[in-house]
Amino acid sequence: MNLTKRALLTGAAMAMSLAAAGTAFAQEKTKVGFVYVGPVGDGGWTYEHDKGRQAVEKHFGDQVETVFVESVPEGPDSERVMTQMALDGAKLIFTTSFGYMDPTINVAKKFPDVKFEHATGYKTAENVGTYSARFYEGRAVQGTIAGHMTKSNVIGYIGSYPIPEVIRGINSAYIHAKKVNPDVQFKIVWAFTWFDPAKEADAAKVLIEQGADVILQHTDSTAPLAAAQAAGNVIGFGQASDMAEYAPSPRVSSIIDNWAPYYIKQTQAVIDGTWKSEMTWDGIGAGMVGIGEITDAVPAEVKAEAMALKDKIASGEYHPFTGPLKKQDGSDWLAEGEVADDGTLAGLNFYVEGIEGEIPQ
Amino acid sequence: MDLSAINPVLLVASLMVAATAVMIAAIGELIVERAGVLNLGVEGMMITGAICGFAVAVQTGSPLLGFVAAAGGGALLSMLFAFLTQFALANQVASGLALTLFGLGLSALLGQGYQGIKPPATPRLDIPMLSDLPVVGRILFGHDLMVYFGLALVAATWAFLKYTRAGLVLRAVGENHDAAHALGYKVIRIRVMAIAFGGACAGLGGAYISLIRVPQWTEGMTAGIGWIALALVVFASWKPWRVLLGAYLFGGVTVLQLNLQAAGLAIPVEYLSMSPYLITILVLVIMSADKSRAPASLGRVFHATH
Repeated sequence: MNLTKRALLTGAAMAMSLAAAGTAFAQEKTKVGFVYVGPVGDGGWTYEHDKGRQAVEKHFGDQVETVFVESVPEGPDSERVMTQMALDGAKLIFTTSFGYMDPTINVAKKFPDVKFEHATGYKTAENVGTYSARFYEGRAVQGTIAGHMTKSNVIGYIGSYPIPEVIRGINSAYIHAKKVNPDVQFKIVWAFTWFDPAKEADAAKVLIEQGADVILQHTDSTAPLAAAQAAGNVIGFGQASDMAEYAPSPRVSSIIDNWAPYYIKQTQAVIDGTWKSEMTWDGIGAGMVGIGEITDAVPAEVKAEAMALKDKIASGEYHPFTGPLKKQDGSDWLAEGEVADDGTLAGLNFYVEGIEGEIPQ
Repeated sequence: MDLSAINPVLLVASLMVAATAVMIAAIGELIVERAGVLNLGVEGMMITGAICGFAVAVQTGSPLLGFVAAAGGGALLSMLFAFLTQFALANQVASGLALTLFGLGLSALLGQGYQGIKPPATPRLDIPMLSDLPVVGRILFGHDLMVYFGLALVAATWAFLKYTRAGLVLRAVGENHDAAHALGYKVIRIRVMAIAFGGACAGLGGAYISLIRVPQWTEGMTAGIGWIALALVVFASWKPWRVLLGAYLFGGVTVLQLNLQAAGLAIPVEYLSMSPYLITILVLVIMSADKSRAPASLGRVFHATH
């Protein structure tokens, strides 16, 4: 009896020390949270963020634990998700969609010890940094290809929400399409969703029915490419991810977001205690924006021109928003040789001259 | 603005395509609700049907088998709901919501490895002469078979509820399950069959999206259409033809607003974007101002000893 009791006590003590060791071990692990706007299998935007998350896991191994929640609606619901992550011990939380901006700021106030990184926004705080990629650099390359490839001179553009990031993309694509093809016309449809394959497919079909033979998309699924494929003789581009399964046509190239190096760098900063609130905005040069392989559906000289433009942007020799440029209403924006500053670009809310239609306000 | 860019023939043709998925799913739910069961799991059954249909169509190369599998998958999943609510007497609202969450997760799991694959094309109806007719040829005789199947389903459901004895029994079960039980009808059995039918229809609707409308597989691709189908049944006051009308209105305004945007109409886009929901609700609410009402036993748990 005595023996049994002692054995029990020893067992309990062992269990307790094990549990203590377990906690100590868990504390050493840095928990990193990710909030996604779509499913990780969307094949586009969220898919690439999740690849970044996996890269963090691989890079740090046992040092880091990552958690993610997918398909989180933008708005109050996201606040709940972020709060839960912070309560569960996340030290660093990446919120990966524009609409999480205010929720991120709100939750960050409640958890001063947790670091937040918000993608594509412009509001920062002591413990909130922002990061984004200069997708408009990729759009310049896309616009060049689109301007050359269109035969109907109508280019369809599926926008998600009228936010600066999307408007920059439309302007950049238009400026460079117009440069190589003065007759080019943009038809823009706002889907008011980041991810709804059926709606995106409908939007692409409508644009094709109205004469577009090149479709550019700023929504996250591959549905517009599927619609382009079904229509035949229509080309498109991979958005956020390579979408190579639609190569060589309709997908003739793509803009690829590469978040992995940034996620690893910031996670390391949190582990080292050196994290600072910053506004990071990198482009082709830094490798945050990649241009997917331009397929043989594009003539060699067009491909060469696009690649030359890409190299010039990467080296910093050329900025996609270089004057002379006018605003849609005809007023002057940038003088000859002038380059748009980041502040203006970050809050861009107008079309350049030549684009028809109004931006929903 | 250039409204001439909108081709009315293509507009009508594409609204029929845009409406079919939500229509088929809503007809299934209509039968379920007429039997007195509220299944909020339509979205989950649709997405499960979408991946079952997609996977089978890709593996076998036959869209037809894909649709059969989609119906089977949706019906199978609905049996989980039937078990919970009809035998375990669980709360229908909670079980339905759980079914949606489960379906979304299950479909994501089943869909691993099917991303970016192109499904076999579903043939369009192509009747020589008729399909070549101007205007009507494209609108009436140029669709895939599922569009016609959806229309036939609405007609069949209407005839079933109105003219057949089985339809009458189903309605009786939905209106007053105790009375139906007292008359010797097998309430549970009838409801389980209705739930299975609803699941099969939701599955077909989902597969329509993944095999024809988009066509590809992406996680979460039904993106809330199941909820639209649920709302449609209520606003259509549980009447098949009004479901058809509501679905066509919804599909029509959806496609029209995209067309108007592309044509550069000066109406603010936000209004255009909300118009499908607004107009559909408005029209159906006005129509349901008559004395139609929900089946009396809707959502109530039935147990023979009560």
